[in-house]
Amino acid sequence: MSIFVDDDTRVVVQGITGGEGKFHTRQMIEYGTNVVAGTSPGKGGQDVDGIPVYDTVEEAVDEEDANASVVFVPPAFAGDAIFEALDTDLDLVVAITEGVPTQDMAKVNKRLSETDTRLIGPNCPGIITPGEAKLGILPGNIFEEGNVGLVSRSGTLTYQVVSNLTERGIGQTTAIGIGGDPIIGTSFVDALEAFENDPDTHAVVMCGEIGGEDEEQAAKYIAENMDTPVAGFIAGRTAPPGKRMGHAGAIVSGSGTGTAESKISALNDAGVPVGDTPNEVADHIEDFL
Amino acid sequence: MVMKLHEYQAKDIFAEAGIPVPESRLASSVEEVMEAVEEIGYPAAIKAQVHVGGRGKAGGIKIAMDEDEARQAAEDILGMDLKGYTVDRVLVEAGVDFENELYVGITMDRSEGKPVAMVSTEGGVNIEEVAEETPEAIAREHIDPAFGLHPYQARKVVFEAGIPRDVAFDVASFLTTLYDLYESNDASDIEINPVMITSDRDIVAADAVMNIDDDALFRHDDLAAMEEDAYENDLEAKAGEYGFDYVRLSGNVGIIGNGAGLVMTTLDLVDYFGGEPANFLDIGGGAKAERVANALDMVFSDENVDSVVFNIFGGITRGDEVAKGINEALESFDEIPKPVVVRLAGTNAEEGMEILNTDLVQVEGTLEDAVQRAVKNAQEVSQ
Repeated sequence: MSIFVDDDTRVVVQGITGGEGKFHTRQMIEYGTNVVAGTSPGKGGQDVDGIPVYDTVEEAVDEEDANASVVFVPPAFAGDAIFEALDTDLDLVVAITEGVPTQDMAKVNKRLSETDTRLIGPNCPGIITPGEAKLGILPGNIFEEGNVGLVSRSGTLTYQVVSNLTERGIGQTTAIGIGGDPIIGTSFVDALEAFENDPDTHAVVMCGEIGGEDEEQAAKYIAENMDTPVAGFIAGRTAPPGKRMGHAGAIVSGSGTGTAESKISALNDAGVPVGDTPNEVADHIEDFL
Repeated sequence: MVMKLHEYQAKDIFAEAGIPVPESRLASSVEEVMEAVEEIGYPAAIKAQVHVGGRGKAGGIKIAMDEDEARQAAEDILGMDLKGYTVDRVLVEAGVDFENELYVGITMDRSEGKPVAMVSTEGGVNIEEVAEETPEAIAREHIDPAFGLHPYQARKVVFEAGIPRDVAFDVASFLTTLYDLYESNDASDIEINPVMITSDRDIVAADAVMNIDDDALFRHDDLAAMEEDAYENDLEAKAGEYGFDYVRLSGNVGIIGNGAGLVMTTLDLVDYFGGEPANFLDIGGGAKAERVANALDMVFSDENVDSVVFNIFGGITRGDEVAKGINEALESFDEIPKPVVVRLAGTNAEEGMEILNTDLVQVEGTLEDAVQRAVKNAQEVSQ
C-alpha cells in the first residue's frame, strides 16, 4: 500500500505546454505515472507526446476521468490554477510552483477547507509512491519500494535522506515533499496520520526545518496518536534569527519562535530521535525495522 | 521574502488612504532638517529612515525642543551607523501631544492560514515582549481572506482590547482601512506602534511598518519602484543581482548548494563538524553552468571565506551542468583562490564526475565527508 497516490491515480498536468510542464510530464510518464491529460488555456485540441491537451481542468476530468492534478503554472497564475482544480473535485492537487503570493494561498486555503480535495504544496517537489506513480519533480531513480514513509518540507533534503535509506536497502512506501511556504495544503500532521493508517508503512522519516510551529504540532500528534515509529531531522540549527533561509517559511522570528532547538526538543519529548546528520536519521530507521 | 518599506513611504500610503499621520518632511542634510523644523515647529522628532528595528533605543530617533537640539540631532543621526546601515535620510516630524499609546497590527497567522488583526492598549513598547509576557493584553481577530475584515470584527477586537470608548469607533475604522491596505498591497504585515490618542482625543499613526510579500510584487509596479537599500552588505547586493538566495554569516567555510533545506543542512553539518559557516547560498533548481560559476564568484569574493564546499543533490539540477560551471569558474584562475570540495549526487552525477576537472577541486562521495574535508581545509588555511 501507499498513501495519496498509486497505480490508479489518473493525472492531469496543469501547464503541460510550458517548459517545466512538458519536461516533467515526460519524466513522470517514464516513471510509470498514469498521465491522462494536460491543460493549457487556449491550446485545447493539441497534444504533448500524445497526451491530449484541454483548455480547462473540467474537460480533462470529463473526457479522461482524471482524479489528480499537478500544477506547473507560473506563480502569477498558480492560485487561479489551484482554484480551478479544487472546483472540479479532484482527489489530489499537487502544486509544484514556487513563489505563489501568500495572500493568494490564504484564499486557496479557505476554499480548500470547503472541499474534500487534498492539496500538496505549493513550492514542493511533489509525491512519489515508488514503483507506482510520481507526481512532481522528484528524481525517480533514487527511490525504491519498501516500508518507510517520508515527509519533508524540503526537496533536495528529501533526496539526501532517501539516498541514505536506499543505499542501505531500505525502500519507501511513499515520500512527500509538503513545501517550504508559510501556507501549504498538507501539513506534517496530515501526512503522519495517513502513514499511521497505512499498514505497509513500518517507520516514518520526518524532515522539518526552522520557522512556524508545524513540527511542534507534529510532535504532539506523534505522542498522542502514533504507534508507527518516527525518526526526525531538523534543518537550520545554525540559522540566525530574522534571516530567511531560502524558503519563505524558513525564518526564526525576532521573538525566538520557530527555532531548531524548540522543534528538536518537542520531537525528543514525543519519543522521536532526531539525527544530527541525514545519515544518522537512516541509522535510527534501521534500528526501528 | 518581504520588501520593507521605510516609515516615510508607509506613512505616505497611510495618509493617502485617509489615516491621520503627523506632519512631516524627509531630509538628507542638516540644512534640510533645519528648513523642515522651521516649517513644522517644536517639538519635532528626527527619525532615521533605515530598515532596522529598535531605532529609538539605538539612538536613531531624537526629539528636538529647539533649534540647537534639532541641529545636534541632525548632526548625530545623519551618517551614523545603525546596526550596519548608514543613515542617509531622516524624517522630521511634528511631535504629538498624546495621552495614550496603542498598538495596531495585521499579519499572516501561518498556523491558521489566515490574516489576523491585533489591537492592544500596550502600545509604544516592544510588542514582542508584551506578546511573550502578557499575551492576553493583545486582542486578536482572524480574518476570512475571502470576505475581508467585517466592520463588526473591527469593533469586536477594539472593544476586546479595552480601547477607550470615546475613540473606539475611530480605531475600528482605522483598522478597517489598514486591512484594505494590507490586502490591496499584498502586504505581509502592517504594524503601527504606537497609534497615539492625542489630548484632543484624535488618533494619529506615530510610526509605520509595512512589509510587502515580494512574491506579489509582479502585480504592484508602484510598490516595486519604492524598493530602497534592501541589502545589508555589498555581497548580499551582489547575490540579489545574480538572483541567489544568499545570507552572509560570520564563519570561514563558504557553502554552495541547491535547495533551501539541503543548504541549511550543509551549514548545520559544517557547525557539527567543528567549522563555522560563512554563508547560505542556494543556487536554486535547474541551475545552468553560468549560474554555478556566478555562485563560486560570490563566495570567492567574500574575504572571510577560507574554504568552499559545493554540495549538489540533483533533482532538476543536472550534475553535468554543475561540473561545467565549476570548471569554467576555476579554469579562469591561475591559482585557485580557496580550496573547493565538491560533492555531486542525483541527476547526471556520474556524467558530472567525468567532466569535473579534478586537478582543480577535491571530490568527496558523501555529504558528511565533503563537509569534514572543507572544515579541515578551512582550519589549515586559517592557521
